[in-house]
Amino acid sequence: MSDILRIRDLRVATAEGVELLHGVSLDLEKGEILGLIGESGAGKSTIGLASMGYGRGGCRITGGTIELAGKDLASASRPEREAVRGARIAYVAQSAAAAFNPAHRLERQIIEGPLRHGLMTAPEARAWMIELFTALGLPEPETFGRRYPHQVSGGQLQRAMVAMAMSCKPDILVLDEPTTALDVTTQIEVLLLLRETIRKYGTSALYITHDLAVIAQVADRLMVLRHGAEVETGTTEQILSAPREEYTQRLVSERQASLNAEAGAHHRTGEEILRVDHVSAAYGRTPVLHDVDLSVKRGETVAIVGESGSGKSTLARLVSGLLAPSAGQVRFDGEALPESYRKRSPDLLRRIQLIYQLPDVALNPRQTVGETIGRPLETFRGLKGRAQRNEVARLLEMIGLPVEMAARLPGALSGGQKQRVCIARALAAEPDLMICDEVTSALDPLVAEDILRLLRKLQDELGMTYLFITHDLSVVRRLADRTVVMQKGRIVEEADTATLFEAPRDPYTRRLLDSVPQLDRGWLDKVLAARAS
Amino acid sequence: MVSLIAKRAGLGLLTLWLVSVLVFAGTEILPGDVAGAILGQSATPESLAALRSELGLDVPALQRYFDWLGGILTGDMGRSMASGQPVSDLLWPRFRNTMALAAYAGVIAVPLAVGLGILAAAKRGTIFDRAANIAALAFVSLPEYFLGLLLVLWLSVKTGWLPSLADTYEGMGLTAWFTATTLPMLVLVMVTMAQILRMTRTTVLGVMDQPYIETAFLKGLKNGRVVMRHAAPNAAAPIVNVVSFNIAYLITGVVLVEAVFNYNGLGRFMVDAVSKRDLPMVQAAAMIFGAAYVILNMIADIAAIALNPRLRHPRGKEA
Repeated sequence: MSDILRIRDLRVATAEGVELLHGVSLDLEKGEILGLIGESGAGKSTIGLASMGYGRGGCRITGGTIELAGKDLASASRPEREAVRGARIAYVAQSAAAAFNPAHRLERQIIEGPLRHGLMTAPEARAWMIELFTALGLPEPETFGRRYPHQVSGGQLQRAMVAMAMSCKPDILVLDEPTTALDVTTQIEVLLLLRETIRKYGTSALYITHDLAVIAQVADRLMVLRHGAEVETGTTEQILSAPREEYTQRLVSERQASLNAEAGAHHRTGEEILRVDHVSAAYGRTPVLHDVDLSVKRGETVAIVGESGSGKSTLARLVSGLLAPSAGQVRFDGEALPESYRKRSPDLLRRIQLIYQLPDVALNPRQTVGETIGRPLETFRGLKGRAQRNEVARLLEMIGLPVEMAARLPGALSGGQKQRVCIARALAAEPDLMICDEVTSALDPLVAEDILRLLRKLQDELGMTYLFITHDLSVVRRLADRTVVMQKGRIVEEADTATLFEAPRDPYTRRLLDSVPQLDRGWLDKVLAARAS
Repeated sequence: MVSLIAKRAGLGLLTLWLVSVLVFAGTEILPGDVAGAILGQSATPESLAALRSELGLDVPALQRYFDWLGGILTGDMGRSMASGQPVSDLLWPRFRNTMALAAYAGVIAVPLAVGLGILAAAKRGTIFDRAANIAALAFVSLPEYFLGLLLVLWLSVKTGWLPSLADTYEGMGLTAWFTATTLPMLVLVMVTMAQILRMTRTTVLGVMDQPYIETAFLKGLKNGRVVMRHAAPNAAAPIVNVVSFNIAYLITGVVLVEAVFNYNGLGRFMVDAVSKRDLPMVQAAAMIFGAAYVILNMIADIAAIALNPRLRHPRGKEA
């Protein structure tokens, strides 16, 4: 029996008594990586934190046992739990930027664990930290720790977080979506180094993620979770190739579809509706867009792809009138578009609508769904009373929500439902152009798929024009007629979507496409082999 | 960061100048004739004219303003109209008294309040936390003079431990001074502590919700260390702010306390000057009060800039 962590019938409830985990059991062997996969609310993070004897925001362990190194954490006292945390089992959070204390240098935070647990002297801890920095490929490992969190890039900070977790040489790492917040080209680097580091030091890991393709590269076994309970557990090969449960089958086939869908859509397109004419823009004195040239025809979907800092969202802000260009011009339907939305006529405002990334923030929590959709109906189309209610009902039906939803407040809706309401609100204005800014990024894969299907349906029925801004290449592949790749404020490649995916010309586009994890266990090794050769 | 601090300091100087304009305008230019106001209704035209020329009111206002400002900058604040003595001779002893009492109260109140505030945050929801909160709320709600009278009643009248009046004089011994000023000090400590304590507690608790605090707990750190090492440094800027605000209050807002204990400080000086319509004295006192606020606020803002690691250690080239 080489189990290093043994969880039996674990139950966790919120401070209000709502049960989040309904009796989950799992075993983790020494040196093994167990993937916990599921959508938001499945209880993955709750399991990860509970295995450290910790409950987020007042959550309590209400039942079961968590045996770590022969001791039950569920019934342990607070000092006993504190002695184990960080020392025997350590945590890597999704957002290292938020998880590092902005007031202290990296080194101080990283060696704090071994010093406080009395495991090493300061010189020993520092030497070990430098060894970890080297293993994780961080620049200037001797002096890297002298920096403050805000002085290093996102990918470096995420690796520093791994170094912090490894600082006490723990038996187990809890990795909570450690690469989800990173750009694809950065993700692949962190993923590689993470896997190597875990292997090198024989650490066991609970790897939490919603992305099957990512977990396929690192995990030995997978546990699929849903609504706080286990769906099924098996080896990674078995889950990917022969999932037993219907839910797992859906997860796998959705991911497969998103990777293998035939690239590119072909819509009948009309005259040019949007023209971005040699536009440059800057935030203060920092230039962010350089001579961007772009054209969108009526009825087509143009995707703008890029990583953070590529300027894709800035482009959306320009078109919607939130930022003025420093050079060049934006033309809409043949006429120059006033730079600021304040100077645009109500009709012009109506014709360009924007859908945001975070539906939670984009809806007023005190307005019902009916009021939210009714507002543009009244301001743009003058609909009131019964006519407005009828139109709200029609729009709700169109976006696939029951009419009774009109009386609900956003708080009572799921993430996918909220995004549908945002879409309905944009549709209510009967726009000519919809700018979709990362509309599926905050949603679970299956929900995101539904939203994409809805957007496609609306395009077929209404001939809608979309300007799609995203970092997610699988979305682009399934939705866009044409794709524009941006890097550092410039357009590096623009092509028909199918052409772009099959024969990318620009080296950056190629690297971007190659960095998307595939649902194939050997993908990461192949990338590694391709690099070596 | 240096340029930011320079900018803030420049802004402080500008504010000070505006204060001088307001003080001057408020006391000299506003409607009504100063000489008339001083002499009252029984004034004869001759005496009015004589007073005007004595006060220099026949000179244009702008010139008077610059004369006055130049005087202040060189330490000459004019002469008291009531006694004819230089204002600075009358003002500085009072100013020293006020600063001495403020320092006495501040040195005790600030560390105690910040410490208790952090402790209350660390022990959120415990009896200690609740007791500290209720006590702070009570002290903040009671008017200072009432607190002062309560203390006089208990610590002076009933027990005779401390003198009820804070009589101080030139050349008194240190022990005697401390004994005399302890009661007003206690009142000031109670009033300022309450606000600093509550603000410190709220700020630290706000920081405790940050993800990096969870990271610290997941490293297995003990509650006390998490609060002191990980939460408190990030709460420093707002705490410095409320502390400086309260020190400014200790200097400028102590009129009532001085009145209750008959303490010879700036507050009473100002009240006396106003009641005697002694304009140069009023202007000088108002300038000092204004300057105290502006300078302390400026120090707080500069400290906030200096405490921000993002500004102290810019990203530089490696980012």
